[in-house]
Amino acid sequence: MIREFRLPDLGEGLTESEILSWKVGVGDTVSLNQVIAEVETAKAVVELPSPFAGVIKELHEQPGTVVEVGKPIVTFEVPDDGATAPAADQPTVAATTKAVAGKREPNLVGYGAVVESSGHPSRRARNLTVVEPGERLGRKTPDAGTRPAERPRSTPPVRKLAKDLGVDLADVAGTGPGGLISRDDVRNFVGGGDLPAAAHHLSAVPDGRQDEPSGGGQPERETRTPIKGVRKFTAAAMVASAFTAPHVTEFLTVDVTPTMDLLARLKANRAFAGYKLTPLTIVAKAVLIALRRNPSLNSRWDEASQEIVQFNYVNLGIAAATPRGLTVPNIKDADTLSLTGLAEALAALAESARAGKTTPSELSGGTISITNIGVFGIDAGTPILNRGEAAILAVGAVRNMPWEHQGEVALRQVMTLSLSFDHRLVDGEQGSRFLADVGAVLADPGMVLTMV
Amino acid sequence: MSTDEAGHGGTTPGGPGNSAGIHGAGRYLIQLVTPAGERISHPEFDPWVQDITDERLCSLYEDMAVVRRIDVEATALQRQGELALWPPLLGQEASQVGAGRALRDDDFVFSSYRENGVAYCRGVDLTDIIRVWRGNASAGWDPYTINMATPQIIIGAQTLHATGYAMGIQNDGADSVAVTFFGDGATSEGDLNEAMVFAASFQAPVVFFCQNNHWAISEPVRLQSHIQLADRATGFGIPSLRVDGNDVLAVMAATRVALDRARNGGGPTFIEAVTYRMGPHTTADDPTRYRDANELEDWAAKDPIDRVRSLLDRKGLLTEELQQHVKDRADAVAREMRNGCTSMPDPEPLDIFKHVYSSPNSWLDRQQDHYSRYLASFGDPAGATTQEGAR
Repeated sequence: MIREFRLPDLGEGLTESEILSWKVGVGDTVSLNQVIAEVETAKAVVELPSPFAGVIKELHEQPGTVVEVGKPIVTFEVPDDGATAPAADQPTVAATTKAVAGKREPNLVGYGAVVESSGHPSRRARNLTVVEPGERLGRKTPDAGTRPAERPRSTPPVRKLAKDLGVDLADVAGTGPGGLISRDDVRNFVGGGDLPAAAHHLSAVPDGRQDEPSGGGQPERETRTPIKGVRKFTAAAMVASAFTAPHVTEFLTVDVTPTMDLLARLKANRAFAGYKLTPLTIVAKAVLIALRRNPSLNSRWDEASQEIVQFNYVNLGIAAATPRGLTVPNIKDADTLSLTGLAEALAALAESARAGKTTPSELSGGTISITNIGVFGIDAGTPILNRGEAAILAVGAVRNMPWEHQGEVALRQVMTLSLSFDHRLVDGEQGSRFLADVGAVLADPGMVLTMV
Repeated sequence: MSTDEAGHGGTTPGGPGNSAGIHGAGRYLIQLVTPAGERISHPEFDPWVQDITDERLCSLYEDMAVVRRIDVEATALQRQGELALWPPLLGQEASQVGAGRALRDDDFVFSSYRENGVAYCRGVDLTDIIRVWRGNASAGWDPYTINMATPQIIIGAQTLHATGYAMGIQNDGADSVAVTFFGDGATSEGDLNEAMVFAASFQAPVVFFCQNNHWAISEPVRLQSHIQLADRATGFGIPSLRVDGNDVLAVMAATRVALDRARNGGGPTFIEAVTYRMGPHTTADDPTRYRDANELEDWAAKDPIDRVRSLLDRKGLLTEELQQHVKDRADAVAREMRNGCTSMPDPEPLDIFKHVYSSPNSWLDRQQDHYSRYLASFGDPAGATTQEGAR
């Protein structure tokens, strides 16, 4: 038996959704409730479970297509027993939807969305009608080309008057409370039609409100963005970290020329072909080696239970700038990885962070972090600890600098390391030894032989 | 991201055995089973679940698994266009089953729209649960058949209904109890506050059961209350309990304490079950817009069903047989609900007049007459019915 699956209204009152991807292909046998597609509505990205058990006969739409609610999207061949009898044979569904398409609006309490009749689903813009206290300076100026979406504030009799006089209220400046357009405003507009609009407003602002256009196309002087999402969580974590853990930062500038030489040799070595080896890879390895000799930097202060937790494993966090903001995904059990394993893990982590696909488990459970400020051309800084961790190392840029080498000044490749640690957990001695160890490895990779 | 302190209950300073758990501020969480499934002893609350034998523990596990299956199936039905909307309860199974199974048949439940797990425990017909969400009826069932009012959509309004019902019980001299279920968001509503004033004044036999699932749609609980929700009750003179809402035994014990107090003239009790809404507010919501993924992961580690499963495993009760039995039962329930949903006849146009008043009403009769004549004007009654009856 042939069954059609029509795109349902996946939110409350949505009229269309975009097919993001198909999880099945034509000819596939699917079970009831098996995920067959990923669909984006104006409200959410959701998975579509199959309403039938059967074989996919046809997928009607390509990924990336915006489909109207009620349109068939999949045709199934299902066994005739009808055990999973659906309500697909409802000839009236499409008609009913069509009758209201374009008019319906989501009615979910909390937030909603208006769907454009074409193109991608988008959220409704908030129309400001009242001047917020902090907004006076940057009051929105009506653009010459575009018109505010909100109907100008007025009263029914005044709208009637404007209509009778052929006046578009959007062109009239209101002088009443909150910009309300009065009968006089409309009359003045008609009478003083040749008066420049701005001058007209200036004479008619009774309460000193500075809400008239200010100089045409000038950009706003302030932009206000709600504090939310990743920014909000980052801020909370930063504040919690900065004000609970007493931070100490130490710096060490190292001649890393031998490390750069080593990297060049490894890249030429066939055993390392295909691996992305960078100074960061070597720094990460050096940190893992130095941690073995200085384990207190890999620990956590548990205030609630009044205990110090010493980790016998290393989940190495790498701070990453992503489209969503700052995140610190970590490499689990990094101490067990070989250099190539570490290189692969770093590459994978960077890739998923860039794609915004970092998983929650990658973001939690870190024990120590590295932040690579060198990629921005920065030398040193005082990094703030990733909350719950005892240390964070900022890796500076590798620069050609005049440097002392074998008793003379030579042009050498130099890098600055900045280490912040939680002074509750780590004394100056351990912190310094750890940083010196990392520096020693970078200055002379052969020193690893003396450490492991 | 940090969440609440759920799961630390048994281990925080002044943990088990500290009777400060019943009154006073900054209280610990009552917990009888840790997230790892370890049964910890609690002298004060252990007696209240002494009768939970291994067999009954298995049955609680089955209830929770079935409730989750109902929830998942209904969510799928919504995604398939069979339901207009569904409010998932994923993660709150222990709160609902623990409380639902503590009730007596003659107790009366007044719930919000998310208590489908409680409704299951009351023995609701599965088709009746989804009738409203399919848009087929204004209400799903006759409240008196299962002693549970149909779900209240207005946030917190049911707490007033429960208090009024409890005052009625008082007048009857009965020893049954009205139990009202609501969420953390409802504690910010006037209705609940008024209900608590009346309940305290009249010492009405009502249990205020708050499932603090941490999110009122997109509003986190910490923005709504600077104190623990259980402590809000103190201001009304209502004793309160703060219980690990993902621990089915602890929830059951706390609910029984409250029911016992109400039956014996002790008046109302407020229970804060600290749990977590692991899904969206409804199927039309996208929690990733306002909720940190880490938070969800933290709570997934405290999953109420995993916890009972671990406990059963430790006791050697988690047999293949039990798991197969539970799975079969869940599948059967899901199948029954799906069939009930997809074979549900569309309502007739005139059905809308059926349940407005309990007794005949001339105005309504007139409107019904007008409407049926209007429908008849289409000539083909069947065609008109189909068109009007379509969703």
